[in-house]
Amino acid sequence: MMLRFSQIQNRMGRLLVLLIPYLWMLVFFLLPFLILVRISFSETRIGLPPYTEVFEWLGGLAFEIKGSLVNYHFLFSDNLYLAAYANSIKIAAISTLICLIIGYPMALGISRVKGQVRTFLLMLVILPFWTSFLIRVYAWIGLLKNEGLINHVLQWVGLIDHPLPLLHSTFAVYLGISYSYLPFMVLPLYATLEKMDPALLEAAADLGAKPMQAFLRVTLPQSLPGIIAGSMLVFIPSIGEFVIPDLLGGTDTLMIGKVLWNEFFLNRDWPLASSVAVIMLIILVVPLVWWQRHQQKLEDQSQ
Amino acid sequence: MTRKVKLPGFVFTAMFFGYAFLYSPIVSLVIYSFNSSKLVTVWGGFSTKWYVELFHNDALINAAWQSLKVASLSATCAVILGTLASVALVRFGNFFGRSLMQGVLTAPLVMPEVLLGLTMLMLFVSMDQLIGWPDARGLLTISIAHITFAVAYVVVIVQSRLKTVDRSLEEAALDLGARPAKVFFVITLPLIAPALLSGWLLAFTLSLDDLVIASFTSGPGSTTLPMVVFSSVRLGVNPQINALASILLLVVVICVVLVGKAVKSGERKN
Repeated sequence: MMLRFSQIQNRMGRLLVLLIPYLWMLVFFLLPFLILVRISFSETRIGLPPYTEVFEWLGGLAFEIKGSLVNYHFLFSDNLYLAAYANSIKIAAISTLICLIIGYPMALGISRVKGQVRTFLLMLVILPFWTSFLIRVYAWIGLLKNEGLINHVLQWVGLIDHPLPLLHSTFAVYLGISYSYLPFMVLPLYATLEKMDPALLEAAADLGAKPMQAFLRVTLPQSLPGIIAGSMLVFIPSIGEFVIPDLLGGTDTLMIGKVLWNEFFLNRDWPLASSVAVIMLIILVVPLVWWQRHQQKLEDQSQ
Repeated sequence: MTRKVKLPGFVFTAMFFGYAFLYSPIVSLVIYSFNSSKLVTVWGGFSTKWYVELFHNDALINAAWQSLKVASLSATCAVILGTLASVALVRFGNFFGRSLMQGVLTAPLVMPEVLLGLTMLMLFVSMDQLIGWPDARGLLTISIAHITFAVAYVVVIVQSRLKTVDRSLEEAALDLGARPAKVFFVITLPLIAPALLSGWLLAFTLSLDDLVIASFTSGPGSTTLPMVVFSSVRLGVNPQINALASILLLVVVICVVLVGKAVKSGERKN
């Protein structure tokens, strides 16, 4: 009898351990997305909350759906939104590529040194991640503006006569995103490069491969999982980036995160902001699902 | 005999530029926090006046307190929830709905902040209509939002640590009749303590730094530090923010060094 009781207790304990975080995430992470979809089908109105009801209960089980597609219709008929989505994807993709080009040699270098130097170099990559993101973006304002450090130095050297309009440009957004997300690229790359067996490169060298050949045919394919993971960690969040285009971008730098922010905070159009968010989510789900499947495949292979 | 695979010179050069890229903005930020001139490019001599002004900026100090409250509450809750989730994911085998749980715990890592912020606000507004809670948005709603996305980061750290914990000790204790809860608190918890500490610090930093989600989920009267920094930075360069950045940087470096030492000595003991 005692044994049974403690078994029930253990079962309950297990259930509690599982259910508390599970329910939290379902209520505060998954449910909000369903609510978002619902509000995206409503219409804006003056009042609190500033949107119309989509479902109207008529009593009992009967209800009426009053959803409207007006927001989506507006979204797809106005070029501004489509251009903003396309531009966000383009900016995110190019920034991801820049991160890869800068981050790969860093990860490779860190993986090839040993001991304390490696720990120190890794620490230097992680450290900016712990300092304020907002302030690191702000630092570029001081460097890029017309009277900023870069223009000052270029003029002093004599390369340019007039300050270059670096700040408030799409160039500044590329720079800002690559800079802010660089650690997310370096760390997964390092993780795969570090696991690589150095004997493979020795074998390649013994068989007469030049260093460049060995890199292209051994190191690069081996580090593919790291390249994919790093690219996803940079690409997906930067599509919806708001702070960087707002502080560093110009009026012509259209990004969907900023459009959403303005619809919400300036125009106070919650339903339209919601539909902008729903389309953004759909765009993000494609690479996310592909990545999840890819990782699952890798796990299955390693087992 | 293993031959050393040498790195070509350009890798070192590229590495050097990579680190210069990472650190030159931060270094310039710190240097100009000591500049007595308000113009960022003109060096007007060494001065600590921006630090003095910073500490007399009541709006900023007040917001910093609010942020510290939110960050410590949400980091603590995120670590508790994240640890429970990690135990479930690592130790409970293949339970029903496991992949969904893994999914909702990974998605916040890459989800753009504008999406998290907007959806959270929609939830709070809908809940208020339906059950009358939360009737006002403020520090509590910001904290709930921060807990939700910080849990994902805590799970990444704690889960990888939990996977490396040797199970034989736990099994021995269970065989000797100890209750699972007791085994967890006496044996598992001390072993994963370093991961809990880094998870807490990461959640704390993420919360302290968040502008977007807090802007969506805050209400009148609850302004956090990043919101004050953002509205001042939008108007241009402000040396007080440079001073604030330098202080934050110093705190982070001290914390990283201390935690690094603590983890190292902990590893040596084990």
